[in-house]
Amino acid sequence: MLRAINLVKDFPGLRAVDGISFEVREGQCFGLLGPNGAGKTTTLEMLEGITQPTSGQILYRGHPPDRRSRHEIGIQFQSTALQDFQTVRESMDMFAALFRHTADLDSLVNLCNLHDILDRDTRRLSGGQRQRLLLAIALVNNPSLVFLDEPTTGLDPQSRRNFWHLIEDIRARGKTLVLTTHYMEEAQHLCDEILIIDHGRIIAQGSPEALVRKQFPASVVRLPADAWPENLPMPEDASVRNGRIELFTEAVPRLLQQLTHAGADLHALKVETPNLEDLFLKLTGHDLRS
Amino acid sequence: MWRRILAILAARNREFYRDRAGLGWNIAMPVLMVFGFAFIFSGEPDAQFKVGVLGTDPAVASSPMLTIDHIDFIQLDDKAAAIAKVERHQIDLLLDLRGGPDYWVNTHSPKGDLAERLLLGAYASMDATPPRRRTVTGEALRYVDWVLPGVLAMNLMFSSLWGVGWVIVRYRKNGVLRRLQATPLSAVEFLAAQVLSRLGVVLAASVAVYIGADLLLDFVMRGSYLTLFLVYTAGALCLISLGLIVAARLRTEELADGVLNLMVWPMLLLSGVWFSMEGASPAAQTLSQFSPLTHLVDAARQVMIDGAGIIDVLPQIALLTGFSVLLLTIAARLFRWD
Repeated sequence: MLRAINLVKDFPGLRAVDGISFEVREGQCFGLLGPNGAGKTTTLEMLEGITQPTSGQILYRGHPPDRRSRHEIGIQFQSTALQDFQTVRESMDMFAALFRHTADLDSLVNLCNLHDILDRDTRRLSGGQRQRLLLAIALVNNPSLVFLDEPTTGLDPQSRRNFWHLIEDIRARGKTLVLTTHYMEEAQHLCDEILIIDHGRIIAQGSPEALVRKQFPASVVRLPADAWPENLPMPEDASVRNGRIELFTEAVPRLLQQLTHAGADLHALKVETPNLEDLFLKLTGHDLRS
Repeated sequence: MWRRILAILAARNREFYRDRAGLGWNIAMPVLMVFGFAFIFSGEPDAQFKVGVLGTDPAVASSPMLTIDHIDFIQLDDKAAAIAKVERHQIDLLLDLRGGPDYWVNTHSPKGDLAERLLLGAYASMDATPPRRRTVTGEALRYVDWVLPGVLAMNLMFSSLWGVGWVIVRYRKNGVLRRLQATPLSAVEFLAAQVLSRLGVVLAASVAVYIGADLLLDFVMRGSYLTLFLVYTAGALCLISLGLIVAARLRTEELADGVLNLMVWPMLLLSGVWFSMEGASPAAQTLSQFSPLTHLVDAARQVMIDGAGIIDVLPQIALLTGFSVLLLTIAARLFRWD
């Protein structure tokens, strides 16, 4: 549905995107992951047609995107202002009038849970309400392809969860989604395929499960650093992060046996499946949010 | 296309009239300006009649005629200039006792008529032969008549330039333009909506100021309202287009404000809003021809003071419209969403 071929974007003194190629298939939820400044938003803006690439090509359904393809694309920007002194309803109506075909606005209001705030001035919305309105505006033309740029940044955990449900609803309607995020949990929860970007380059690509499975053994065991028994030698592949010891291993029962035998306090011990966060750390050597 | 333009237009209009503070200012400023002018020009009409007397010799000065009550006698030397003063109502009557004797009166001046009666009554009461009557015509030209078309134009200029320049730059800065760019809306459609919205606002405000001025001030309006409206419409369109050029690329309101000020003050000084450019240097006069405000004020004065018809001011209207088309084309070419 959407192809990026060797995209490069230069800003004065900075190569923000350095030769990125990938393909988004119809019906997919495709995630661009990376720390702040990795080039996610720039890549997304090139896909949206907002920014012209320095070199490289974008194909939407086999053709370079033009003004007509805007009718089929919905975009939620990371930071965008709406015109002042408009209500939620008026903002939606205005954007709806800009497109040839529009979604049924009432069902969009239902979907995005906007009934209670329809007559509210858009400047008086909370963070979550505002994101829901911006999403509704992105969907106002009933697009087949939807871009979401860090849709849950700045939301509290509850609002983020609600927003995820919303995005799952949209997916269920057969729309193709491309989103950026710096929350690994979000990508793991929502995306079928992810692209991890750092310094404008792709460092990994695939489904979240496959990526993690490829890089890690089955489990990660975590326990507080001071809970490690002194009489048990620390394995060489153990690492200490945020005051906790992490051990990637396929032999969890044997490790637990050793720890019990050495008399370790296992109250705070956790056995987990490695996640994208771990993957990112392993690939880049730095934390995603730092 | 029109549906998109109307949608943006409606949103911009809502934004304008719901912004109470801004709206208040848009109405208050012209009204305050009109009050200011009313205050400046509201001096009580002079109860005394002013009669010019030609010649300074003692025989004239001692004439018994020059003792009539309620008449201020002003000694004048230049006969032609004195007659011109009668024509422009600057004096009510002119008396020449040296020759004929003669007197000049403006048949369009009510005060001249009254002064004439006083004078003839004085002659009759003394059984003297009255001087020969000579008449001139001409309407009074007062500063308020002359300056009002300019004040209307100035107000329209500020509202036109800032109303698009400032607003679009703010839209660019806060991301409204980026959001709109991601829709099928074209730059020309967006700009058309901004021009139409501002044109409506500016003309409505100008009508309000005109009505306010009419209630508070006494000024001449000899032409047709329609002609005057067309003149101001052409002027507003031209100035809005100029504002669009400023707004085409700039990213901060502060810079836009500076650039707009830089354009406005030379125009105000060179366009003869406050004082006539007739005595100015040829260079300044040439330069003033490049300012749309000059042609706007010119045409408005012709309509209001001289009663010019649509044909008479067609050159200015055509010039302003042509200028608008040129500026709009440039603005659409220069325009950037981000």
